Amino acid sequence: MTIPVRPDTDHKIDELLSRFPMRGSALLPALYLVQEEKGHVSDESMEYIASKIGVSPAFVSGVVSFYTMFHRRPVGRHHIQVCRTLPCALSGSDTLMAHLKARLGIRDGETRADGKFSLASVECLGACDRAPFIQINEREHGPVDGTKMDEILKGLE
Amino acid sequence: MAFEPILTRNIRKPGSETIDVYMASGGYQGLRRGLKEFTPDKLIEEVKASGLRGRGGAGFPTGMKWGFLPKTKDKPRYLCVNADESEPGTFKDRLLIEKDPHLVLEGIILSAYAIQSGLAFFYIRGEFHQGCRTFEKAVQEAYAKGFLGKNILGSGFDLDIIIYRGAGAYICGEETALLESLEGKRGYPRIKPPFPAIVGLYGCPTIINNVETLANVTLIAERGAAWFASIGRPPKNTGPKLFCLSGHVKRPGVFEAPLGVPFLELLNEYAGGMKHPDRPLKAAVPGGSSMKILPAAKCDVLMDFDSLAAAGTMLGSAGGFVMDSGTCIVWALHNVARFYAHESCGQCTPCREGTGWLVKILARLERGDGHPGDVDLLAGIAGKIEGNTVCPFGEAIAWPVESYVRVFRDEFEEHARAKACPGKAAAAR
Repeated sequence: MTIPVRPDTDHKIDELLSRFPMRGSALLPALYLVQEEKGHVSDESMEYIASKIGVSPAFVSGVVSFYTMFHRRPVGRHHIQVCRTLPCALSGSDTLMAHLKARLGIRDGETRADGKFSLASVECLGACDRAPFIQINEREHGPVDGTKMDEILKGLE
Repeated sequence: MAFEPILTRNIRKPGSETIDVYMASGGYQGLRRGLKEFTPDKLIEEVKASGLRGRGGAGFPTGMKWGFLPKTKDKPRYLCVNADESEPGTFKDRLLIEKDPHLVLEGIILSAYAIQSGLAFFYIRGEFHQGCRTFEKAVQEAYAKGFLGKNILGSGFDLDIIIYRGAGAYICGEETALLESLEGKRGYPRIKPPFPAIVGLYGCPTIINNVETLANVTLIAERGAAWFASIGRPPKNTGPKLFCLSGHVKRPGVFEAPLGVPFLELLNEYAGGMKHPDRPLKAAVPGGSSMKILPAAKCDVLMDFDSLAAAGTMLGSAGGFVMDSGTCIVWALHNVARFYAHESCGQCTPCREGTGWLVKILARLERGDGHPGDVDLLAGIAGKIEGNTVCPFGEAIAWPVESYVRVFRDEFEEHARAKACPGKAAAAR
């Protein structure tokens, strides 16, 4: 099998395998490494990781599908996650989501055709004191209203 | 005597997350004292004497949990830190991790010493990017100072720590699901017994403690069990506590107070009261979204484990939130049920199927398509989930459904009868 990742990623995964008392624990961090390089976790990547760790590709697929932070398909360069859980909803996350859909011209769960933005409503991000709260890739923003959202989007143009 | 905030004593200092600022305020003195003055068993006794109860949700006595470890030492022991803070309404551990990681880390080292674990895992929820970076840096700083690694402070005690990122799954905050996840699997909770203290991570004796719990261990080592036990409502509700308050309040945030602070004091003094002066309090959930709701008339309660249990709810993770008179309770419960349906791991049929049914029924009630028997159906389904699942997730959805429907039954009936949701427009404001 050809190695579908960069040599440095492959090397980091090797290091992970010896880091834990049992090599199975390397699975989640290995998936993160691959996703960091590729932007998502493809079938090919799952087969590669499965062979590194010594589990079946089906097992890896089962794990990937369990966790929301692993992307099976590419997401936008700016992946916008809007918290929709009750404390954020009490502070108007529904209105913010409607605003974002209109601004970006995409629906919940979609990626814009130019690949620049993707939009996803997510469950509680643990920042209810900053509701309504969003994450764009690894950056956090809150509280965010329509005006603030437009400013943030402008900064990403 | 006025209460002096102690868990949050550092968080407003510039550079509070650095080891230099932490040590300048006396940080790591508890570790020095702990390693020098206490044998591991004595430290466990000290934590028992403090009355410290777990701050993650269940409120189980920490020292007693540690005491469940087997006496034999033929297998390695592990300490797993539960930093998978995911209960809606809860954001207190995030504050400690981001603003005072060394207070947590010092407690981890002391606790690992007490239970004689040479390897600790810090399982942090994947979404906490900043917290993860901050904690990684704190760990590096602690290694550089000799607080981690071999022969810590000349005590002969060795400890390594591995930071492990979750990947987006509420259930992994349940301790046995956390262990499964750490082993690189789907986060399916395990059947107990055996309890993790006997058969935990990799089949070895394991203790899982919450972030805030471990931060308190630092304080106990620093100031002693007697000091800790004098705070709050002794003997069973001792120590300082972080309370989250969000929703329709003027100043949402994390507030430190002694266990047993009145809820109305938290709401009106700490959080500045209701957000809109013309919309009074309708209901509060004191402990995170899986805990039972209290109507405004019953919110005159003390915020501690036993007082809230007596009031028919629980302190839980102290992730409190409030709703004002403009909130539609059916809409709110629909939101809560959707969360639990999304986060159910799917292992147990009552929870996997039941949460889906609850969402469907609540959606149709809210839409105005409700059936006459729907209100009883909701309560019936909740009753059939509760107690019939491997882990307490079943209760986490059954309790809000049971309590919202019981307390606000008229509002649910009204939705079914009128075929409309009168409060929806107001709720989003």
